[in-house]
Parts: sequence; structure tokens; C-alpha cells
Amino acid sequence: MIRYIERTKAYYRAQGFDQDYQWATNTQTPFSKPARPLKSARITLVTTAVVEPSIPKPIRAAKSYRFSDVPAHFDTTEVSWDKITTHTNDRESYFPLHALNKRVAAGDIGSLAPRFHFIPTEYSQRHTRDQDAPLIAQHCLEDAVDLAILIPL
Amino acid sequence: MIGSALDILQQAGTPRIVFNDLPLGNPVGKPFDRAMQNQTLEAALELLYQAQNPGVVQQLPNQWSASEDWRDNFMAITAFNREQLLSLGDENRRQRQRNREQGLFRP
Repeated sequence: MIRYIERTKAYYRAQGFDQDYQWATNTQTPFSKPARPLKSARITLVTTAVVEPSIPKPIRAAKSYRFSDVPAHFDTTEVSWDKITTHTNDRESYFPLHALNKRVAAGDIGSLAPRFHFIPTEYSQRHTRDQDAPLIAQHCLEDAVDLAILIPL
Repeated sequence: MIGSALDILQQAGTPRIVFNDLPLGNPVGKPFDRAMQNQTLEAALELLYQAQNPGVVQQLPNQWSASEDWRDNFMAITAFNREQLLSLGDENRRQRQRNREQGLFRP
């Protein structure tokens, strides 16, 4: 298993950055059990893949989109992943919407929420914690979401 | 959460983790491998209901390939790319400076 925190620190030191990135560290983890059984639950997805690359990366913030407007391919060029070994040409490999829809159609899951959510991979923990996460939580409440699967690239 | 960088997810404090030890980019499964992707989604749906405590990790047995070379190649620092990495860093710093000058930052 790759220790990504150590690997990333070494990589950016080699690029001449003298201050290591401070990864989010939380000693307490929130936890709650689903309020509804899967057969009647409403589910959504949260992704770090980019819907609107025309928005410059430094000012990209969390944003919610209707599932009916999901792009055939997200933009992943400015997200960090293993671009030597693999590719992101198969949306299902990071955003399993077809798989979810099949489960909904089969009656295993109650429903798909109207919106999915983009959260940027941000240098600033403050932006993630104080702006992006609360916005997505608010939108999930508005959509009466029971379950959210977060899938960072 | 479905992810492939387990140390980052655990340090951040994640309630439930389905862990695929694959190259970053395809946390749900290898591209076009529908069986693997379905299995990952299935594991996530099960974990949502079966987890009794925060921080639970379910590692799936999926492998990228018989070769493990990808692990060494990711963010590799070698005698051959040291200068290239330094110039990447220089370009990165110049871009950040330009962004600041153009007001491209979040409040």
C-alpha cells in the first residue's frame, strides 16, 4: 500500500517547496446510521472530478448539479491522480451513476437524489471545512438525501 | 467514502471507507471493468448499513495487475527527473504568483 502523505511530501520537496502540505487531521469522526432502509433511501454522489473547467482552478468552489445534466466525461486534467498508469476515460470508474441507476431501477435503492455535488480538491482546509462542506450538506438536506457516497479521485 | 489513498482518508477521519488499493484515478474499479465496479458499489451500500462504529475500513481484494510496478512509478523521484521536477515547481510558483496578481483566489 502506498503511503500517499509521505510520497506527496517528498515529491513537492523535490519541486523546491520548503513547507510540507498539512493534510487534514481529525481525531474525532462523525457517525450516524441511515434513517431509512436502502429500499426507501434517497442517495447521491459527491465527486472531485470537475464539471466546469472554464472556471479557473483557484476559484473553483463546491457546486451542485442536476443528475440530468451530468457530463459524459468530467474534466480531470487538473486533479491529481496516477496519470502514468491509468486514465479516466470511463466515467463509471470514479462516478458509478449507471451502476446506481441499475440498483434504483431494480428497486434495491429508493431513489436517486435530484442533484450530485462537486467538491474541489482544495489547498485550503478552511475552504473545504467552512465553505464547501456546509454548502453540500445544505443541498443534501434540501434534497432530503439519506445516503451520500463521497468518491475522491 | 470510496477511495484509494487510505492514509489520507484515515487521517482526515472518515466514517466509512471502502478501500480499493488501485492507482489513483479509478477508486470504483478498473476502467470498463463493470464487475469490479459493481462489486465496489455493492460493498459501499452494505457498509453504509452494517458499520457500527466510525472509522471502519473495508478493503476489497482487487488488484491493478500482476505487476506491482505502478506503486514505484507514482510520484517517483529519480536521478533522471530531478531537474524536471524543479522546473515544474518553478512553473507552479510562477502560476500561483500570477493567480494572486489577477485576483484569482477564494475569500
